[in-house]
Amino acid sequence: MNTLMTGNEAIARGAYEYGISIAAAYPGTPSTEILENIAKYPEVYSQWSPNEKVAAEVAVGAAIAGARSLVAMKMVGVNVAADPLFTAAYTGTRAGLVLISADDPGMHSSQNEQDNRYYAAFAKIPLLEPSDSQECKDMVGLALAISEEFDTPVMLRITTRVAHSQSMVELKDPGERPLKAYEKDARKYVMLPAHGRARRLVVAEREKKLAEYAESVSVNRMEMSDPAIGIITAGISYQYVKEGAPGASILKLGLTNPLPEQLIRDFAAKVGRLYVVEELEPYMENQIRAMGIEVTGKELFPPYGELSARLVREKLTGDPGPAVDAPFEAPIRPPVMCPGCPHRPVFYTLKQLKLVVSGDIGCYTLGTAAPLEAMDTCICMGASVSGALGMEKAHPELAEKMVAVIGDSTFMHSGVTGLMDIVYNGGNTTVMILDNSITAMTGHQENPATGKTLMGQPAPKVDFVALVKALGVKRVSEVDPFELEELKQVIKTEVAAKEPSVIITRRPCALIIKNTEKPLEVHDCTGCKMCLKLGCPALSFDEANKTAVVDAALCTGCGVCMEVCKFNALRKAGEA
Amino acid sequence: MSGVTNILLVGVGGQGTILASKILCYAALDQGYQVKMSEIHGMAQRGGSVVTQVRMGDQVFSPVIDPGEADMIVAFEQLEAYRWTHFLKPGGVLIVNDQKIVPLPVLIGAAAYPGSVLADLEQKVSRFVALPALNLATEAGNSKSTNVVLMGALARFMNFPQEVWQKALEEKIPAKLLEVNRRAFEAGYNWQA
Repeated sequence: MNTLMTGNEAIARGAYEYGISIAAAYPGTPSTEILENIAKYPEVYSQWSPNEKVAAEVAVGAAIAGARSLVAMKMVGVNVAADPLFTAAYTGTRAGLVLISADDPGMHSSQNEQDNRYYAAFAKIPLLEPSDSQECKDMVGLALAISEEFDTPVMLRITTRVAHSQSMVELKDPGERPLKAYEKDARKYVMLPAHGRARRLVVAEREKKLAEYAESVSVNRMEMSDPAIGIITAGISYQYVKEGAPGASILKLGLTNPLPEQLIRDFAAKVGRLYVVEELEPYMENQIRAMGIEVTGKELFPPYGELSARLVREKLTGDPGPAVDAPFEAPIRPPVMCPGCPHRPVFYTLKQLKLVVSGDIGCYTLGTAAPLEAMDTCICMGASVSGALGMEKAHPELAEKMVAVIGDSTFMHSGVTGLMDIVYNGGNTTVMILDNSITAMTGHQENPATGKTLMGQPAPKVDFVALVKALGVKRVSEVDPFELEELKQVIKTEVAAKEPSVIITRRPCALIIKNTEKPLEVHDCTGCKMCLKLGCPALSFDEANKTAVVDAALCTGCGVCMEVCKFNALRKAGEA
Repeated sequence: MSGVTNILLVGVGGQGTILASKILCYAALDQGYQVKMSEIHGMAQRGGSVVTQVRMGDQVFSPVIDPGEADMIVAFEQLEAYRWTHFLKPGGVLIVNDQKIVPLPVLIGAAAYPGSVLADLEQKVSRFVALPALNLATEAGNSKSTNVVLMGALARFMNFPQEVWQKALEEKIPAKLLEVNRRAFEAGYNWQA
């Protein structure tokens, strides 16, 4: 049977068909749907972990124990998981282990554009790059076969266009889910220095064998056509080459670490001018040049952003294709906090109080945009908390006009250790945990505080109050962010306190609750526009009649604008 | 590339572009085409601009449509039509829902919603259809069927048999909403200025 699938769905299908028993991840665009779809196959145990390092360690442990395992993450997640990855590359694994890295050229939903192919080379593990959904599924199987034959973790690297594009996939019946017996082998799995030095030599030997294997593996193949132009490519770039340079000869590489040197030499000898077409860094190009082969790549193609068929055509033939008119000028439509979002009153208050806000990653990062504009920094998961301590150490007076703001899921991901650091090292910073009872930005995933697992089982809930008290925080407040005045007073008090404090704002994400509130109405508006400072998509202003307007179809009746309005012009429908 | 039909569906997060693309892809597959579909999700879902790209033909490589290469654009909102029209091929079809959804920079007074969107588009694009899809959906029985009204309007410009579209609706829409959506599809298909 054939069906249309995204790359992420196809990887999940591959996990099911090729005998994966254990899968773990922390959600992150564009990787999230891999685990969401694996969870639809109850034969595979799947779980959300609190962060990528934990998820990777779960998968490494499962593979060492003898079960085929998979761990998936967005590319910045590999930074978090790099520690277990680099050493698992030495130990190897008893059963197959696949790490999915979902890179994001063009930064559609990421804070940087790192090219994780270098991680595979750095960790000395094989790297596979699929270019459509069928290859995504097939390469899960190939990754497991390589992993087990060469005793190594394997990285399967996708990009946003592969992860989120649908193409045809042939479905097959699942094979068996093998489980090897566990045996103790401390020389292989206890990486103290003496064992590590021995394993390092094994890794060097493995690299030689993999280099030989890369020469003949079927995913590395020539597609000979016009010999005047030869293009070496991989991943989604292959599709752009096929379309943008239809007559060219192609060396399509599916296994890109290690590169097949002899195959590349043979291809180079067959063609006139040799190009490398690859998104982001000159990863293949630099290695090919180091082989002494003349090649053109990044002189033509940018080392940032996404490529396209049009760009390939233009750069290789000089013909950009049809002329394109200048676009009309349209005001931007940025993503915004939803109507009824519990984050909105928090950022409105932080702006009013003119506080420095050390920010973090989640829906609340949208607090950066106008009109809220209440975020000073956002670096990576968890950096709000530890970064605030650094700011305070640099400028001690900042402690009394600064907060760190972090979501519930992000706090568990990597905020806890930062808070421990604040307590331990005598910081005074106030940390706000915005608890909306879900991992919202990536599409509402369960987490250790929601009381439910990925597979739908009930689970204990992390108790944030007990947790932060156990770290040594004495001042812990809980507040409903819709109680605007109370929220403001609590923030003022805690920011002024000369010891660490935590404020937990509690309100579920507006998209996960069944709303029963009626929309608001406008009566006798004075036209002061205070309510517009909330940046609520349900509120606008009628300049002709000098009155605020509520879009009843969007308004959730959360009532935050009622609290902001000094003239009682915004009222619940039916109330005087 | 010849032989490939490129269709862009553009709108605002939450307007149902994804369901619309599923109906379209189902119909195209049923007609024996190779299909690729690409969409970017993530942050943009929170009320931002969304675009879904559908490509169909004998052989499709890239899942992405380049500027100037869309055969048809279905815009679920006026401003989004404005934003994406330069992706249209000369002679391409532009179908616009005349609904306006005002983006936040305009709501807070930091930008202005262009005043003459439909007139500008009509002047620029010869094969131009603007229709009140939201009203037509409401009349059909459910304002959330706006996306299906627009698929009906698109169907007029595609050479798929009617029964293929009907089968696509049956496959992709829950049974209890099917009748409303059949009416919505018909309203879009039959709409004339």
